[in-house]
Amino acid sequence: MNNFSYQRADSTEDAIRMAQQPGAKFIGGGTNLLDLMKGGVERPQTLIDVSRLQLAQIEQLGDGSVRIGAGVRNSDLANHAAIRSAYPLLSQALLAGASPQLRNMATVGGNLLQRTRCYYFYDTSYDACNKRAPGSGCAARGGINRQHAILGASEQCIATNPSDMNVALMALNATVRVRGIKGERAIPIAEFHRLPGDRPDVDTTLAPGELIVAVDLPKSPFADHAYYLKVRDRASYAFALVSVAAALDLRNGTVHDATLALGGVAHKPWRVREAEKALIGKSLDANVMRNAADILLKGAQPYEYNRFKVELAKRSVVRALTIAGGVA
Amino acid sequence: MSDVTNDSAKIVGQGIDRADGRLKVCGAAKYSAEWSLPRMAYGLMVLSSIPSGRIARIDTQAAERTAGVIGVLSHLNAPKLPKIPPQGRVLSLLQDDQVHYNQQPIAVVIADTLEHARDGVRALQIEYAKSVAQLDFAAASKIAYSPGKIQGNDADSSRGDVAAGMRNAVYRVSQSYSTPFEHHNPMEPHATVAVWEGDTLTIYDSTQYISGVKNTVARTLGVAPEKVRAVCLYVGGGFGGKGSSWSHVVLTAMAARHVGRPVKLVLDRPQMFGPVGGRPNTEQKIQLGTTRDGRLTAMTHDTTSYTSQIEDWPDSSAMVTRMLYACDNQTTSHRMTKLHLGTPTFQRAPGESTGSYALESAMDEMAYAVGIDPIEFRLRNYAEQDQERKLPFSSKSLRECYRAGAERFGWARRNPQPGSMRNGHWQVGLGMAGATYPTRRSAAKAKVRLMPDGTAIAQSGSQELGTGTYTVMAQVAADALGYPVSKVRFELGDTLLPEAPNSGGSQTVASVSPAVRAAALAARGKLIALALQGPDTLWRGTDANDLDIVDGWLRSRSDQTRREPVAAVLARHGSVPIEADGDARPGDERQQYSMHSFGAVFAEVNVDRDLGIVRVQRVVGAYGVGNLLNAKTGRSQLMGGIVWGIGMALLEESLLDKRYGRIVNNNLAEYHVPANADVHDIDIIVVPEDDRIINPLGAKGIGEIGITGVAGAIANAVYHATGKRVRDLPITLDKLI
Repeated sequence: MNNFSYQRADSTEDAIRMAQQPGAKFIGGGTNLLDLMKGGVERPQTLIDVSRLQLAQIEQLGDGSVRIGAGVRNSDLANHAAIRSAYPLLSQALLAGASPQLRNMATVGGNLLQRTRCYYFYDTSYDACNKRAPGSGCAARGGINRQHAILGASEQCIATNPSDMNVALMALNATVRVRGIKGERAIPIAEFHRLPGDRPDVDTTLAPGELIVAVDLPKSPFADHAYYLKVRDRASYAFALVSVAAALDLRNGTVHDATLALGGVAHKPWRVREAEKALIGKSLDANVMRNAADILLKGAQPYEYNRFKVELAKRSVVRALTIAGGVA
Repeated sequence: MSDVTNDSAKIVGQGIDRADGRLKVCGAAKYSAEWSLPRMAYGLMVLSSIPSGRIARIDTQAAERTAGVIGVLSHLNAPKLPKIPPQGRVLSLLQDDQVHYNQQPIAVVIADTLEHARDGVRALQIEYAKSVAQLDFAAASKIAYSPGKIQGNDADSSRGDVAAGMRNAVYRVSQSYSTPFEHHNPMEPHATVAVWEGDTLTIYDSTQYISGVKNTVARTLGVAPEKVRAVCLYVGGGFGGKGSSWSHVVLTAMAARHVGRPVKLVLDRPQMFGPVGGRPNTEQKIQLGTTRDGRLTAMTHDTTSYTSQIEDWPDSSAMVTRMLYACDNQTTSHRMTKLHLGTPTFQRAPGESTGSYALESAMDEMAYAVGIDPIEFRLRNYAEQDQERKLPFSSKSLRECYRAGAERFGWARRNPQPGSMRNGHWQVGLGMAGATYPTRRSAAKAKVRLMPDGTAIAQSGSQELGTGTYTVMAQVAADALGYPVSKVRFELGDTLLPEAPNSGGSQTVASVSPAVRAAALAARGKLIALALQGPDTLWRGTDANDLDIVDGWLRSRSDQTRREPVAAVLARHGSVPIEADGDARPGDERQQYSMHSFGAVFAEVNVDRDLGIVRVQRVVGAYGVGNLLNAKTGRSQLMGGIVWGIGMALLEESLLDKRYGRIVNNNLAEYHVPANADVHDIDIIVVPEDDRIINPLGAKGIGEIGITGVAGAIANAVYHATGKRVRDLPITLDKLI
């Protein structure tokens, strides 16, 4: 860990002003950032502690949507009564992640910014990681890539987004509210995380110095039929090989609307509207679900150690839909 | 001396709480990294980031100028050590510019604080001249060679006529099984604190063998052993990884001498994957032949493992095959091949864990080939004696383990047809395997001191690995003395104490407890003799044989109302402590008998039909391990072995990047050991077994047998559930979908 200065922000304005310093980074729960700093991957000059800001509320908005403060802890969010009843997908996804201790510390804002678990990104002894050291190459492509992307990757980077929460937010059409020196803006979740392209060092569309203040969830028709399936090597405390956020608006056994997002397969939560549309108007059967899975995985490009993920992802989609739809 | 202890009041065997339990949960047990000394400096090891080549340039100037940095040791300035043939591990001690493996120690930075040491490490500039590294095990296996001997045993064995046995076989199984590279991952990383006072050195080290630390450091640095003291009060998990003194131990002593201050050096988690050993991967070829009714006519077991460029460290996976089943025609062999990796080492049940997986998988395959129940197949080939050594077993309760385990597990409800048992999308499988581990014993010494206040201190320079040494040795001493266990304290972990062996090979109890017992009996004899002396003794005219010590009281056997506290005896004689030494060593019984523990492991798994996820719902282990000295710590240790077996079966693998020679999952997030959610019911049966031959306590040692057989039982259960035979550990879901 390098030496850094620590500043505590008393207001969001304060925090945003402080963040204009070069090398400044916000710290919330610190569950990811501190690890990265210890490993020498992140080397901020200044840490701006935003954990004292008044950003830990969960509010019902007039239009039936919910606003979640960026400082809300993962465990508080997962166990919040309104979230559990209206957005069970989010609650399940949060509880599938990390450990109770980490969830007690980790914040919504931090979780959105969680960095990849690619081995070659984490261990600075490797000389090739475009995400850590732009232009240095990608050791994962020809290396051990069991955890890596099968969709949306680039020559420069095949890392995955490790968050469970992000997958649920993607399925739930969340909006990320961010505030910067020029004021506040709303970023749809689908546009918040980036594909690696030729800038894998940039994970999100957040501008430098912008602070996440909240996540908005629109009113959801998916409360009754939702399932977050996380497939991993270890039963708990392991990152997903594949995860599926699946939710359905079922009316008389027919799919009125559906949402499907995949985790563990790409640089961002993976969602393809055509796959969902393929379910609409149908009753859930094996062929319908498998067809949706095939559409969702179209164009999958596995690597040496993650070939199994394509089929695993498709079967996981079918399983998650089966459970969500109660057709098992 | 005959058995004079009062059997009816036996403390040995009772499941009393750990003597150090409270200290540990309160954080008051002092682990090696927790020693802090005046003027102490902090050392950090710098490890190579290439697998092969040499250090072309190392510029330490910037590091030396960094605030707080006191010194930098590298091959440029490290003292030249005496050139002596290494005994044991070949260490990397900055003697030249050569790099033989990734993560090889190449420098030590010493600073006044840990943070400053880190800054110093970052300021080091290192350039390498790389050379070609051999990191491909499959390619290197083509030039595998014999180690000749493996810890005193021949690397190869042969009996009967295997070719004829195979020719005469009605059923044949011929398969290869592989097990991965693994690392120990104890919670407590390796840690050393070294302090020189003049020419004497004290080392606080996390080790399974304090005398080994002392001797290794003395020999390597060329100082007299009596000038070196090693201390280790607690080990936060060793598992074989701390059975050897690795480079960092000597480097810390060198660093402390270099800067003239005490130095503390603790490995970080990624550093635990390379310079301090691990379990080598194995490739094991097994062939079995049987008659029509399932009697083994031939067995072969040939194994290949990797070793480093700098040292031969052979795996011993085929040893288990030599004695577990009756078969007249058998060959086994061990081969190894050199890779540019750190030297492998002992890891919980080295050989037996990996070897039993392969052998017991093959036995299961053969049971299916013959068409008989796997337990029945094993019973038909039950070894009544050690066929390789042509010796009787000192004791063997495997038949009873099969029976008791099967009954507890409900083996009878198993439909042998693979894939026949279902529960929704879960395929249910029941499998079993044999477990075994040798019963080892080494010479050990102990001392017992009876204090004037009626307490006793027993001592031996052994180690506490979290297994209960403090607790069980106090129990042994208490029984031998006739003291309540609450009045007995056991001390260990200091080379100033009488010497004890390596706490490896499951031998601590078998080796140290006889010495403690001998010392305690001698002290007891002295106390009784003393009680009879002096003008004011209560016991004038009493025969020594009539005197007993029970619960801390001296007592007449013939008239139990006559008694006196032991403290009173000592008070009458000037309150001088009584001391006695104990010295115990194995005798020629080890040449007359084959000594092993045996067990049977049963596993029930659920396998997700579509997703390949395996969940171990239940494990039953039945063991014949002689006497358990403490029912509670003993059960915990066997359970810990089973939990690790679950990890070995399903999770553990150090993933080697063959381009870099580096383990990519070098942290506890990605190196998967079982979480609580992976572990369900574990049921342990210890069958009664009275073995007076192995040692005076009749305790076989249980450190390792718990892991053996578990991976085999789980793999066999997975086959039963799915019809898929996974011959390559760990059984991850991608191998099942």
